[in-house]
Amino acid sequence: MSGPKTLYDKIWDAHVAHEDADGTCLLYIDRHLVHEVTSPQAFEGLRMTGRKVRAPEKTIAVPDHNVPTTPGRDKHIDNEESRIQVEALDKNARDFAINYYPVSDIRQGIVHIVGPEQGWTLPGMTVVCGDSHTATHGAFGALAHGIGTSEVEHVLATQTLIQKKSKNMKVEITGKLRPGVTAKDITLSVIGATGTAGGTGYVIEYCGEAIRDLSMEGRMTVCNMAIEGGARAGLIAPDEKTFDYVMGRPHAPKGAQWEAALNWWKTLFTDEGAHFDKVVTIRGEDIAPVVTWGTSPEDVLPITGTVPAAESFTGGKVGAAQRSLDYMGLTPGMKLTDIQIDTVFIGSCTNGRIEDLRAAAAILKGKKVKDGMRAMVVPGSGLVRAQAEEEGLAQIFIDAGFEWRLAGCSMCLAMNPDQLSPGERCAATSNRNFEGRQGRGGRTHLMSPAMAAAAAVTGHLTDVREMM
Amino acid sequence: MDKFTKLTGIAAPMPLVNIDTDMIIPKQFLKTIARTGLGKNLFDEMRYTQDGQEIPDFVLNQPAYRDTQILVAGDNFGCGSSREHAPWALLDFGIRCVISTSFADIFYNNCFKNGILPVVLPAEAVEVLMDDARKGANARMTVDLEAQTVTTSDGHSFGFEIDPFKKHCLLNGLDDIGLTLEKAASIDSFEKAAAQSRPWV
Ligand code: SF4
Repeated sequence: MSGPKTLYDKIWDAHVAHEDADGTCLLYIDRHLVHEVTSPQAFEGLRMTGRKVRAPEKTIAVPDHNVPTTPGRDKHIDNEESRIQVEALDKNARDFAINYYPVSDIRQGIVHIVGPEQGWTLPGMTVVCGDSHTATHGAFGALAHGIGTSEVEHVLATQTLIQKKSKNMKVEITGKLRPGVTAKDITLSVIGATGTAGGTGYVIEYCGEAIRDLSMEGRMTVCNMAIEGGARAGLIAPDEKTFDYVMGRPHAPKGAQWEAALNWWKTLFTDEGAHFDKVVTIRGEDIAPVVTWGTSPEDVLPITGTVPAAESFTGGKVGAAQRSLDYMGLTPGMKLTDIQIDTVFIGSCTNGRIEDLRAAAAILKGKKVKDGMRAMVVPGSGLVRAQAEEEGLAQIFIDAGFEWRLAGCSMCLAMNPDQLSPGERCAATSNRNFEGRQGRGGRTHLMSPAMAAAAAVTGHLTDVREMM
Repeated sequence: MDKFTKLTGIAAPMPLVNIDTDMIIPKQFLKTIARTGLGKNLFDEMRYTQDGQEIPDFVLNQPAYRDTQILVAGDNFGCGSSREHAPWALLDFGIRCVISTSFADIFYNNCFKNGILPVVLPAEAVEVLMDDARKGANARMTVDLEAQTVTTSDGHSFGFEIDPFKKHCLLNGLDDIGLTLEKAASIDSFEKAAAQSRPWV
């Protein structure tokens, strides 16, 4: 293909190892991230067929989903099934000689936080993981997406993936954000505008002034939830901020290789006049701090809004909205700020990075969690945790009454001991508000770390702008 | 992987939109290291009460639908996580085909790796099939992959589109990895070239 190319076109073209006449390609994979839940069957498949891991040096494993986030977990995990999965990963990492960060390692954490932090994720790469939030790595201008376990096995064995190219979609956020509005509000607002299937069949490139203004942490938050919008991947063109973030990380290139890499990375942007199959534009100043009210990430409203009636929707969504309202225990017409909550969860691969903890701590400083509430902070990695302790953030959380946990996925998905009980209502910084996601019968409202911190103080959903 | 050629069986109606992977198989069942045995927990939270009793209203618990092989579902089926446990659970229950107006990307791909055929049809067609599925066990629907058609119990037929490569693999029950390894020479030469052009990778 000649003519102007999108960023996606460029990365795609650089990774096609083989193309069939019908356009089915073997896409070469530069980095393969692995965690304990979606990999055991893939390694088992290799053993059964006598196959090896083709590129163990490009394969990185870390347990995160079902590890407890309380002390002692490196010695013993109570839940037997979880323990077996973690032990299976220990053994698979050893047997197949892949890079590994066990729970006892300070670098352990959520796979999508560890990858960038260690410099495994670099601009222009293809990155896959048996996990849908692999989209996170797109913040570096890497083509990154989730795959199923059969594909995990395929990548382990061949270092490629059978793929057909997606379409190009541009999401532009123009202008500046207003105070109190964060990357999380951008990404939720985009899903609110496009719906959870709006990105199906596309790779999204996020651009515009408001995106450029975001830190790398913020960009990761935006790309992380590309999957909630249905897209295969989300991308942001790399720039000086990206290069600064990457430079000096343990697995980033050094010396002459750094210079060579930088030269290529600087060509990774969408050419003037390149074609997008779909374009969505949102004005940065129109974005408010938002929360979700229902059980789909598209159920997004500004915090100043009211709970909608099911009849205000059309088609199949009417039934789904009614089901959501019943599940969430909400009455149409009530103000979102009148929704009382029981629990606050700050963490996950969406918002478990240092900047997220800083934003929450800024609201919590000198304040207390409302009486009777449960609140926890779960840093995204051991290194984020250590940095937060050094910066004094941990003490702010502890003084406010938050539990200060070890790194992992924790209450983002109820696969480990951190779960909601039936009916328990949670202000969460994670990415999914599906029924039962945080525990059977649990009720999740998604929001930014600052909004979650504000809710912890007042005990109800709160407009953080009133506390700034 | 089992071949998929032609299937005539009971279809169950699930008109809900956005049926996500947490509904299909809640995360507490992902702790397995096997691919089988998940069928009993398919749609667990919709299917059973907290103490494990069947919820009689749920479609797959109704006598007419216990042997369902085809699901007719609302828009955006399979959204959410990449867990292949979702198609594993469907398969283990006995479901070989899901029909909807749209599917989430990763789920859609995962189906093909497990011998499940996801069929995309326009809303009007899905509505007709949904009505046919509501007729219960006496109404058998037929899905013919070779001909690319779905036919209702009373003979209405709808043609569907499918990627030719995916169709070929499903019809023949082919193993992707085996197919790719036949192209190992291409991968080798790509790696050699990349080692020159992007040595930092
Ligand atoms: S933090 Fe949540 S969304 Fe992210 S990888 Fe873990 S479970 Fe998945």
